[in-house]
Amino acid sequence: MINHLKKLLSGKNTIILVPYLWFILLVAIPLSIVLKISLSEMSATSVADMLSWSQGWPTIKINFASYLFLATDPLYIDTYLSSIKYALLTTLICLFVGFPFAYFMARAPKHLQPMLLMLIMLPFWTSFLLRIYAWKTLLVSNGIINNALLSFGVINQPLAMMNNSFSLVLGMVYSYLPFMILPLYANLSKLDVRFLEAAADLGASAFKTFWLVTVPLSKAGIIAGSMLVFIPAVGEYVIPELLGGSDTLMIGRVLWDEFFANNDWPMASAVAVVMMLLILLPISLLNSYQSGQAESKL
Amino acid sequence: MNKIFARTWLITVYLFLYLPIITLVIYSFNDSPLVSIWSQASLRWYRALVNDSALIASVALSFKIALMVGLLSVFFGTFTAFVLSKYKRFYGRTFFFSMSTTPLVMPDVIVGLSLLLMLVSLQHWLGFPERGLLTILLGHALLGTAYAAVVVGARLKEMDVRLDEAAMDLGCKPRQVFRLITFPLIMPSLISAFLLTFTLSFDDVVLASFLSGPGYSTLPMVIFSRARLGLNPSINAVAAVTIAVVSLTVIVSSIYHARTQRKRNHEIAMRYSDGSQ
Repeated sequence: MINHLKKLLSGKNTIILVPYLWFILLVAIPLSIVLKISLSEMSATSVADMLSWSQGWPTIKINFASYLFLATDPLYIDTYLSSIKYALLTTLICLFVGFPFAYFMARAPKHLQPMLLMLIMLPFWTSFLLRIYAWKTLLVSNGIINNALLSFGVINQPLAMMNNSFSLVLGMVYSYLPFMILPLYANLSKLDVRFLEAAADLGASAFKTFWLVTVPLSKAGIIAGSMLVFIPAVGEYVIPELLGGSDTLMIGRVLWDEFFANNDWPMASAVAVVMMLLILLPISLLNSYQSGQAESKL
Repeated sequence: MNKIFARTWLITVYLFLYLPIITLVIYSFNDSPLVSIWSQASLRWYRALVNDSALIASVALSFKIALMVGLLSVFFGTFTAFVLSKYKRFYGRTFFFSMSTTPLVMPDVIVGLSLLLMLVSLQHWLGFPERGLLTILLGHALLGTAYAAVVVGARLKEMDVRLDEAAMDLGCKPRQVFRLITFPLIMPSLISAFLLTFTLSFDDVVLASFLSGPGYSTLPMVIFSRARLGLNPSINAVAAVTIAVVSLTVIVSSIYHARTQRKRNHEIAMRYSDGSQ
């Protein structure tokens, strides 16, 4: 018995077991608890136990009330839709700004490129919260931008740039733009210039070369960058809380309020479960796309 | 024409990225209590910072947590990366891999909620842990492990397997191979993983808000609660100090990096000239 146990805990198994248990404790168990609570009932002050004993028999009570409420209350549906809308808009703007940026960066003189790259990553090292806060000081109606525009006489009255969808999307683009630029740059800097030269030699215009050669060759970078922006943007909490308004609905904020303000744990858990599904969908699509790519290459 | 367009695009985006940081620093020297109206230069908010005991306590707490998070994340992250890169087949490998990437793709609110619900039931059954430093530490270390595994894994992937094989041929036991060959080779990635996870922890507000208990406010939690209430010039001073510390660290580390690189090149050159004689 002891020998058997010793063999089981041989070098390789122990090495696997250490991180395995760590993730079981902190990922698998917590997420199962979220799923369980989303199917539980909220009694007066606490979550009712799913498993109860009546006359010596265990009974499991599964309660879909939270999910039913989610599916029927327009507030939640609207919030999911508007989270996806803002995340998509952010992704598109990041792509529109980031693609030319990464392209020009990859074409910059070789000795300048490390510095340009470093300048992109440097803001990461200063607090994300402080950078979002800074936009607040810039955008409010008596803020720095409005004051400057007023004093130059460009506008007569302050522009409403704060606590609306403009400030929300601006904050998200600002925070996630580097996540779009870095994979695109990694991809575009490896692009073989001879393809572009060949296209030009064969009479393609600059635009045609870009659209028919550069873009298809950088598809992997575009997809990676878009995922890196879209996924965290959907569930964002801090930016909508600091820069968004009461009408810019985001699902991360609703989850937070359900939990902290309403103390409704089953509802918060149900919101989380649906949000997880929403995020897993694009990831699994990407995975099947990538394995399809790998097969077609073989 | 094209070149001018490219340059304008690059410069505009850089301005966009640095505009908020620059204004934070400039306005931290503003005397007016109104954040956006310039009156005159002063160190008023820096003086206020020194006397802000709540803020200083939160910096100390954040620093303590971030230091431990860095160490824990590198420890578990190295294990994770090692398992994923060396062991291609074991029971539940796909499950293990998905668990290790979950913290990277799940929004912080979900990770925070799930960990809190787990800790609440743990407390219900065992009577501990109380919410506070330890629970924030656990949450940050989970996130950090996932990131550290990616950083260390990238380095392990680049490593030449033949070095391991050569060491084993020469009679090294697996443990010795790790200590004498793998460990020194992945050391730079361990350092960058430490720095990355330290910063992650020092910067996080969502997980900390879920997992913290009364009396345990980290620096981002304090900043967040003040920023939520409105504009507050003391935050500008905090920002300026953070930026100064970060820039100093980046400059010192890049000088150090350049120097070790030069030293290494020099050593290589010396070896070659020795060999030719």
